[in-house]
Amino acid sequence: MLELLSFGPNGWGGQLLMGTAMTVAVAVSAFAFGILVGSLGASAKLSHSLALNVVADVYTTIVRGIPELLVIYLLFFGGSGVATSIASAFGYDGRVDLNAFTIGVLAVGLISGAYSTEVIRGAVQSVPFGQIEAARACGMSRWLILRRVLVPQTLRFALPGLGNVWQLTLKDTALVSVTALAELMRITHLAAGATRQPFLFYSTAAVLYLMLTTISTALFNRAEISANRGVRRA
Amino acid sequence: MNWQLMWDSLPRMLGGLTLTLQLIVGSLALGALVAFGVALLRLSGNRVVETLAAAYVFVFRGTPLLVQIFLVYYGLGQFEFIRDSILWPFLREPYWCAILALTLNTGAYTSEVLRGAILSVPQGQVEAARACGMSRALAFRRIVLPVAIRQMLPAYGNEVILMVKATSLASTITLMEVTGIARRMIAQTFAVFELFIVAGAIYLVLNFIATRLIKFAEWRLTPYLRARA
Repeated sequence: MLELLSFGPNGWGGQLLMGTAMTVAVAVSAFAFGILVGSLGASAKLSHSLALNVVADVYTTIVRGIPELLVIYLLFFGGSGVATSIASAFGYDGRVDLNAFTIGVLAVGLISGAYSTEVIRGAVQSVPFGQIEAARACGMSRWLILRRVLVPQTLRFALPGLGNVWQLTLKDTALVSVTALAELMRITHLAAGATRQPFLFYSTAAVLYLMLTTISTALFNRAEISANRGVRRA
Repeated sequence: MNWQLMWDSLPRMLGGLTLTLQLIVGSLALGALVAFGVALLRLSGNRVVETLAAAYVFVFRGTPLLVQIFLVYYGLGQFEFIRDSILWPFLREPYWCAILALTLNTGAYTSEVLRGAILSVPQGQVEAARACGMSRALAFRRIVLPVAIRQMLPAYGNEVILMVKATSLASTITLMEVTGIARRMIAQTFAVFELFIVAGAIYLVLNFIATRLIKFAEWRLTPYLRARA
């Protein structure tokens, strides 16, 4: 039975490995996209413009309040249509088709971004305001303050929260399998159907996901330690 | 935007609400029982039992819910002895498979919340209860558990919202709850945005009600924080 998991011509080992790589690729891209969205969302929430505040609040409330699967269906069925109309607004009149990878990254990234927004907003607010004032008093420009004072400290405060968001993002990529993207869950589903060994393959997938979450937790812990190396311990 | 279609789709979507609610309430209730048992096991002081309970929590928190649902629905039926057992009439049904997977999932998360809350009960309160002559069980029932439940409510509220959203995964094993119906209607009409808005609104309302209920429970359980009239 275990030879089904081997790397030979009769085994699914190679495919499962490719699927795992695809899962990691989707998760990393979506997480990065989510941090980008999250930074924009956090600055919108912290800005003094009422319109931006409302937009960011609506975004986080809606995305965090509806099922992830619905967001993925929205982009899966509607993403290409929106992309086409955006392209036509720029004067391109062909049809734009988003591939499954792009749809997966956009969908999971938008979900991840809503959670990142809250994490980053909290982290920015925990940078003591006196430090910003001090930087201004030293004559630093806004950009310089952002680069030298705000971002490095925000990163440190945001790391634990972003670690949780990463775990969510990684697990949400499994839902992308409904769009037939060949990530780990999809390959597992195919293998389980073809070999009639669903228990074997779904437990293998569970083990692979556990390995991914365990390894990334360890990496985030190390990142936290290294980010806090300049901080005095109580 | 096709308002007529949105309005017409509402009754059909709401038809899936019963199933969604059953999944939410069923798995939360059973999950609370599992969580209670697992939290006690993790605090039991017995090394073997603690490790087993911790392993359960580790596995169910570290893997996607979709894997868990498929493992229960497709995986368990593979074994002869399960097909021959008295559980088969239940495990054959996607409904019970969904309930089982959701229960085990929320049980793992909730047990951690409950364990943290139990550990946060000040040791002095337990000592005081013991000094009053309460047995360990009585002190747990009258002092530790009420304080812990009050303490865990905000975190548990987040878990409830996650569960409301998680029931949508039941649609992947053929159950026609709100998301399943929305998906089928999108495939039929291609009115993606209209139907997404209707289904999304249903979940937002559910989550709004859930947060209100948790807030109400918090208010009820903290009479000493309210100003006396």
